[in-house]
Amino acid sequence: MSSVVNTAVDLRAESRDVVVTRLDSAVDWARKNSCWPMPMGLACCAIELMATGASRFDISRFGAEVMRFSPRQSDLMVVAGTCVYKMAGVVKRLWEQMPNPKWCIAMGACASTGGMFRSYAVVQGIDRILPVDVYISGCPPRPEALLEALMALQRQIEHEKSIENLRQDQHQPRLGGAPVRGPIVVQG
Amino acid sequence: MTPQAAAQQLVEHLGEGVGEPAEFRGEVTMVVGRDKIAAACRFLKEHCGFDMLTDLSGIDNYGEEPRFAVAYHLYSLTHRCSLRLKVLLDEDDALVDSVAGVWSTADWHEREAYDMFGIRFAGHPNLKRILMWEGYPHHPLRKDFPLAGLPADLPATAEEAGRVETANMLGGPYFSGPGQRGTVSREPRQYDTAAEQADKLSSPNKAEPV
Repeated sequence: MSSVVNTAVDLRAESRDVVVTRLDSAVDWARKNSCWPMPMGLACCAIELMATGASRFDISRFGAEVMRFSPRQSDLMVVAGTCVYKMAGVVKRLWEQMPNPKWCIAMGACASTGGMFRSYAVVQGIDRILPVDVYISGCPPRPEALLEALMALQRQIEHEKSIENLRQDQHQPRLGGAPVRGPIVVQG
Repeated sequence: MTPQAAAQQLVEHLGEGVGEPAEFRGEVTMVVGRDKIAAACRFLKEHCGFDMLTDLSGIDNYGEEPRFAVAYHLYSLTHRCSLRLKVLLDEDDALVDSVAGVWSTADWHEREAYDMFGIRFAGHPNLKRILMWEGYPHHPLRKDFPLAGLPADLPATAEEAGRVETANMLGGPYFSGPGQRGTVSREPRQYDTAAEQADKLSSPNKAEPV
């Protein structure tokens, strides 16, 4: 916690229960430690996603254990698996039902690029229909890779200008934050 | 009852419109006229004990005449033997009688053959696409349909998601076969230059803190 929140404790104060920080930092700190995933399990990657949620890997260590099966209660869509064109509209609609601010992880080769399914039926990367924040390689990625992706996303969230973003009509996580050097890619 | 005996009974029962049974490695195949297939299936089910339809599929013999065929794989659980029926169909008039009234399982199989090949089944209770969406303009398992797909519109419920685009095949498709290159040597990375390979090895795509 101490490395995240920029505290400036006034040592002259008799009581030390006051913390001074920027509102951005406090909001980002809260957001990054309580991502509520929307498990968009479409294929075998969903099994690894479930494993990540279970006790051995335990995604709750990173504050993201509250898998919500309603898009209206979640803010992190984990697209885990092969998205076919017939499903694309459903994924898109679920994404649009999620309230801002929201983020997206493309888990695995299929969600990132279409994977081995270079064919007429498969969306060639979920980023054709949604803005993706973190890509994970692997087929399927290990649960550790998903946790690494979550941590990479948390590092991104903690640098967002969340208050400034409130004034935007659309949530733009990268707006005004530290420059992002291309998409975040996690090796699965 | 052997499949040969069943085939003989079928020829005697239907007479015209049923080809001579052909045997290859113990498998009996009969070519049946498209207007006789429902009657043939019903006879085989009710009188010869072929109580199970294990598979029904379309075939595209692209470049041959007639172009399409439908194959029926029958199995008898009582006699423990198989029989294959085939119906040959012209491209201009790919219409065949449905056997969904004989075996209920044919319902979805015929829908798949309709979806993938465009073969229509007369008398089917619910002949619509089963894998692709209603309104998709192509039949993807036809031999003249490219693997990468053709541009098309998405279903009306998903129009905001964009359009169907042709997949980038990246030099593929890569497939294995006897006497061909192995799975390692056919990978696209084999065609990278030595400098590119060294670059990839030295800097794996590890996430960096933003």
